[in-house]
Amino acid sequence: MSQTVNTKRTQRESEGPYGKVGKSLNELDDRLGLAKGGRTFMDKIFPDHWSFMLGEIALYSFVVLLVTGVFLTLYYIPSQDLVTYHGSYLPLDGQRVTEAFASTVNLSFAVRAGLLMRQMHHWSCDIFVGAIVLHMGRVFFTGAFRKPRELNWTIGTTLLILAIVNGFLGYSLPDDLVSGTGIRIAYSIVLSIPLVGSYAAFFLFGGNFPGTDIIPRFFILHVLIIPLVILGLVGAHMGLLVRQKHTQFPGKGKTENNVVGSPMFPVFMAKTTGFMFVVSGAIALLGAFAQINPIWQFGPYTASRISYAVQPDWYMGFLDGALRIFPSWSFHSFGYNIPLEVTIPAVIFPGILFNAVMVWPAIERHFTKDNDMHNLLDRPSNRPKRTAAGVSVAVLLSMLFIASSTDVIANFLHLSLNTVLWAMRILCIVTPFIAYPLTYKICREMQAFAGAGKRKTTNVVTRTTEGEYVATAAPVYVDDAHHELDAMPVPTFVQEPDVVIEEAGVRRVLR
Amino acid sequence: MSEHEQRTPVMLSTVSSDDPRLQPAARRPELVEKVIAVTFFVGILFVAGFGACYWVNAAPWTLGATFGGGLTFLGVGLIAWGKYLMPRGPFVEERHTLANSPEDRDAFAAAIIERGGGVVKRRKVLGGLLGAGMGIFGIVAAFPLVRSLGPLPKGTLFHTDWTKGTYLVDITGRRVHQDDLAIGSIMTVYPEGLQNTDNGQAVDQTVLIRISNENFVTQKGRETWGPDGYLAYSKLCTHLGCPVGLYEQQMQLLVCPCHQSMFDVTNGCIPNFGPAPRPLPQLPLQIDSAGYLQSQSDFNQPVGPGFWERS
Repeated sequence: MSQTVNTKRTQRESEGPYGKVGKSLNELDDRLGLAKGGRTFMDKIFPDHWSFMLGEIALYSFVVLLVTGVFLTLYYIPSQDLVTYHGSYLPLDGQRVTEAFASTVNLSFAVRAGLLMRQMHHWSCDIFVGAIVLHMGRVFFTGAFRKPRELNWTIGTTLLILAIVNGFLGYSLPDDLVSGTGIRIAYSIVLSIPLVGSYAAFFLFGGNFPGTDIIPRFFILHVLIIPLVILGLVGAHMGLLVRQKHTQFPGKGKTENNVVGSPMFPVFMAKTTGFMFVVSGAIALLGAFAQINPIWQFGPYTASRISYAVQPDWYMGFLDGALRIFPSWSFHSFGYNIPLEVTIPAVIFPGILFNAVMVWPAIERHFTKDNDMHNLLDRPSNRPKRTAAGVSVAVLLSMLFIASSTDVIANFLHLSLNTVLWAMRILCIVTPFIAYPLTYKICREMQAFAGAGKRKTTNVVTRTTEGEYVATAAPVYVDDAHHELDAMPVPTFVQEPDVVIEEAGVRRVLR
Repeated sequence: MSEHEQRTPVMLSTVSSDDPRLQPAARRPELVEKVIAVTFFVGILFVAGFGACYWVNAAPWTLGATFGGGLTFLGVGLIAWGKYLMPRGPFVEERHTLANSPEDRDAFAAAIIERGGGVVKRRKVLGGLLGAGMGIFGIVAAFPLVRSLGPLPKGTLFHTDWTKGTYLVDITGRRVHQDDLAIGSIMTVYPEGLQNTDNGQAVDQTVLIRISNENFVTQKGRETWGPDGYLAYSKLCTHLGCPVGLYEQQMQLLVCPCHQSMFDVTNGCIPNFGPAPRPLPQLPLQIDSAGYLQSQSDFNQPVGPGFWERS
């Protein structure tokens, strides 16, 4: 008996104090040298601010996109060959449709959970792009893109562009009446590029519209090439984030040289994994209860058919709106034609917009001459010009988005289309110029109330020997049980403040 | 340790195991644990329900409801676990400057510029030849990569399949007779034999409108184009190529549903609203001896949206 106990003890001792898991970790460390870096990674601190969740929503909706997308590729056939539909959706029975359309209808109705997967895929795409835009807004308005994070801002902007492009490509794959019209418009936009437009369009589509190549080509771009680039850039985005560490809002104990928050393991890991489940769960519930893109109601694409009052997915809305309200200024001269009514709103405008966003860190540095490292975030009100510029662009894009529904608005409000068109034209030009000074003014007003929205603190007023009164605020505790705006209890001891008396007389202390 | 000290962030590597910052954030962890247990249990029920729904092939919404519900409950429980039952913190980690010392920087720059640059500078001819080779390779490789993607446009965008004497047919291939349309009616027509082809559908598609029962002249020089009140226009919008599929009968306007361009049918389809820059091209019509409609020639203009070579 004693022999067995001894063996066990020896075994335990050889394993070290952390048992079998510790032994496996040691084996790993022998081969990969993981221990030190692994410990640092487990201790990595994540700031506890809700706005940091926006990027997580983008990441996790991308995970949902990958998983549901793989499911869809198993049943979708990227072909424009015509077949006669004989599936479970009877209203289409006997119609000549492309294999792409037929397989999409089949995977929705004949494959178990297929409809759920397709709707989840579509919803998570809309959420993916939306979360990227909101995340980008957070990074922009808090100045998180400043040195040393300019490169990550550029990667993020590229990711947004790729997400929009891939969203459009995926939206086109079912080859239904609505998406086919979208491809037709995309073809015409490529065609409008000066000098090379007709060549670019012919090479992209393998000939004149529609040809038979575009669905297979969009497919390989949508499921392999662009997702691969997105995946690589997401890796780079997060690698830079770990290398440069998180930014954080100013607060107690938070400096330019540290990060305060929760550690990677186990707190953040638990929270973020739970959040991944919640994001996927929410997308699944949307897929279950909110119908999206019912292509069997639109019917297959036929070049000479069209539907009424159809809008693209939300992230293409601003382009559609710009195309609607831009005047019909076609340029004809010297035997050539520049279709400015298409080129300006659909090529030049988004080109300028995304390039300006891409180089914004450099633009801002040009004006501020600020070349310092920044790890503490700005409050948007403390950077009134940047905030006003961002709001102004956001307002312009929102107006263009609204303009993509001119016909629906006119019907709904019983106005003439002409009235709505001119109203949107004027709003698109005027509102950004109203938004800028208005935002600027609001920011400046908010600066005057530095503590607006924060917890009220107890002020202890002392009288100095010279007869001067000094108000000292009690310290604000982070994350205690008190509610915002509750007054703090009066502390038993208040440290004498380091008051610099600039001149004799009464000194005002602003809180 | 005072309450104030407890709220000062500490580094994880230096924290002692009895530090209050390693304690759960919840005031009553036992109660929170019970709540989370119930949440997880409900989540498990949902996930099991998903399995059951899938097994019996229930309606799609039940699959999503159980699947989404399960994920959401499990996720909420896990978040609560992390938020209330794990070390409350706050913790801090130092941020070290990313920049290296000037010596390291110089050594790096020297490695590239002196070692690498020296090699290239001394072998300018080789460098030039290699550069030329790569450049030529790039250009040559671009041909199969880009040029193979599609045919050259050549004249494709300027012509359609309509020629002199082509019969107008509907989508089923039936020729259109002069008695077929009532005044104010509209139909989509294609060149005979091409009604089911890609090009016939996408390029040749034409709107046929009967506007009166006698010869109709839409513009000067088009005196013979509208026999018996039949007018034929390209169905491709000159803005972005959407089919101009709506006919406003009372105003006699063709409307593009994509971006609301409107074309005046009685006046050569000149756009009078919206972003379209040019009139819809008109197809000159004639009626054969048996009363069937034919085209006199191709459209008077290239159809569809604008492009560079289109003067």
